Amino acid sequence: MSPAQGRESGVLLECAGLDKRFGGVLALAEVGFSIKHGEIYGLIGPNGAGKTTLFNTLTGIYACDAGGFRFAGEPLAGLRPDQIAARGIARTFQNIRLFGNLSALDNVMIGRHVRTRAGVFGAILRTRATLEEEAAIEKRAMELLGYVGIAARANDVARQLPYGDQRRLEIARALATEPKLLALDEPAAGMNATETMELRKLLERVRADGTTILLIEHDMRLVMGLCDRVLVLDYGRSIAEGPPREVQRDPRVVEAYLGGVVAGAPDA
Amino acid sequence: MNLFSHPRAKWIGVALIAIALIGLPFALSSVGTAWVRIANLAILFVFLSLGLNIVVGFAGLLDLGYIAFYAVGAYAYALLASPHFDLHLPFWVILPIGALVACLFGILLGTPTLKLRGDYLAIVTLGFGEIVRIFLNNLSQPINITNGPQGISRIDPFSFGSFSFSQNETIGGIMFSGPIKYYYILLALLLLAIVVNLRLQHSRIGRAWEAIREDEVAARAMGIDTTRIKLLAFAMGASFGGIAGGMFAAIQGFISPESFVLVESIMVLSMVVLGGMGNVWGVVLGAVLLSFVPELLRYTVEPLQKYIFGRSIIEPEVIRMLLFGLALVLMMLYRPAGLLPSAVRKRELAKDAE
Ligand SMILES: Nc1ncnc2c1ncn2[C@@H]1O[C@H](COP(=O)(O)OP(=O)(O)O)[C@@H](O)[C@H]1O
Ligand SMILES: [Mg+2]
Repeated sequence: MSPAQGRESGVLLECAGLDKRFGGVLALAEVGFSIKHGEIYGLIGPNGAGKTTLFNTLTGIYACDAGGFRFAGEPLAGLRPDQIAARGIARTFQNIRLFGNLSALDNVMIGRHVRTRAGVFGAILRTRATLEEEAAIEKRAMELLGYVGIAARANDVARQLPYGDQRRLEIARALATEPKLLALDEPAAGMNATETMELRKLLERVRADGTTILLIEHDMRLVMGLCDRVLVLDYGRSIAEGPPREVQRDPRVVEAYLGGVVAGAPDA
Repeated sequence: MNLFSHPRAKWIGVALIAIALIGLPFALSSVGTAWVRIANLAILFVFLSLGLNIVVGFAGLLDLGYIAFYAVGAYAYALLASPHFDLHLPFWVILPIGALVACLFGILLGTPTLKLRGDYLAIVTLGFGEIVRIFLNNLSQPINITNGPQGISRIDPFSFGSFSFSQNETIGGIMFSGPIKYYYILLALLLLAIVVNLRLQHSRIGRAWEAIREDEVAARAMGIDTTRIKLLAFAMGASFGGIAGGMFAAIQGFISPESFVLVESIMVLSMVVLGGMGNVWGVVLGAVLLSFVPELLRYTVEPLQKYIFGRSIIEPEVIRMLLFGLALVLMMLYRPAGLLPSAVRKRELAKDAE
């Protein structure tokens, strides 16, 4: 199936029968879902439900024990993380994994690696093509820093940035790989209310610019406001899926996890 | 670098350094021809350190068997330009061949070790260095390839037609001895090596090395094929070693496995660490210091002891090692990132100390 057909059918990512075991722990059990082009798809569930594990199998860090993913019509089975990034899935990490000692700009420039090609000989000979590519990499990286709102921090060391800016930088670095799907693992963790609101605007803009988003998030207000659909995981099993308003009323979800949180959530 | 912030001051500085480097061999030979040879060996060590810096400094892969590539380059040269096989290829053909063969050895070493990091990688590379040396010692039977521990002698010097780098020559009234002629060609190749290193560092590939060193998982998730990029570091570093080895064989005219022992690997690594790994200028400084200072000691400590005590009490070699150890300890305490540290490395070490 060509990517164009995938687009027609509207599905970007399809996951079916996914199992992942760690020794005796079944971290993911028969998980299945599909994400449409242009959607913001939420992934929620209590701590230890298997959300991060799902990201790690999706991005090729772990091999799954059964089932798997189809992305833009192609199976992802057996691909390495870098190959998956090249196919168009970029991610951020729950515990931020920036290149901490490098500048913010360098971090984003490294994100351009997969879409550029200069090799050893180009670098040594400084050919015209290499120089032009290098200039383009830097220009695009600066644009992306501006896009996420931290252009003024370009030359700052990543590790020394405020927490919220580090999260934004991780998003900029992921966007630098030109992903079709941006997978974010708790991007609002540790952010204050203002920062979270800015993050929400940023993600809406990313979606409007044509990138599909898969979002793990604990901030229910953000999930309710942002996501078109959500999947709820509990002990590695999907227990509900659908628009956030319906999912939050699902008795199984209330019982497993949301409970008081949803009862208290304002109708915004 | 900020020393030369004014553009004109920068050019004056560069010009002064150039004049000093051009005049150096004549100044040294007025002290003694041995010193020109020492300078040539120092250049070879700078060359080696630059190569190892690609692996250790840029990509962050600890390699304790680096001298093996030097050995491979030296033997490639010796076998292709000596009476041993009666082959006498010109040096400008052999040096690239040596680089290529060493590069293949780099990939050979790199491939099985890609999954290893830190201590484990260090141990395996150490073993690799020893394996190469043991092979060189024993590949004299059943077919005599390396001539075993006796080594290979009467290796051809560099030459262009009848212009040989081993003979004295008078050009424009100035006498150029063999070592002085070698000095200039080594210096030219070294400048080229420095340019290559600097350009690699500030390129897409250099950034990928940095990314791998910082966080391999994140680097992969950003689409960097870490296998390929690490192999590239091993291959590039090995090629530098191979070229240096070829030059070493030509200058010495004789090589044996004894020149490629573990201590040499450690010495080159010390040069990189002392100078400041990851910073090309730091590495150059480290290699120059560790090449010259021990020789200076050799020529001063012995006469000094004779002068004071009337006889030699402590062997110069022992004093060298003592001072060397002391210097390394002081470095670790006061400048852990090296004499001229790279900014990034300094931050890394600052973080580790937290
Ligand atoms: N690398 C691993 N090795 C062993 N167990 C793991 C590993 N990663 C995750 N787990 C286990 O899998 C389960 C799901 O964890 P995780 O995916 O991190 O949950 P979440 O992100 O939803 O909080 C937990 O029980 C966790 O202990
Ligand atoms: Mg998690």
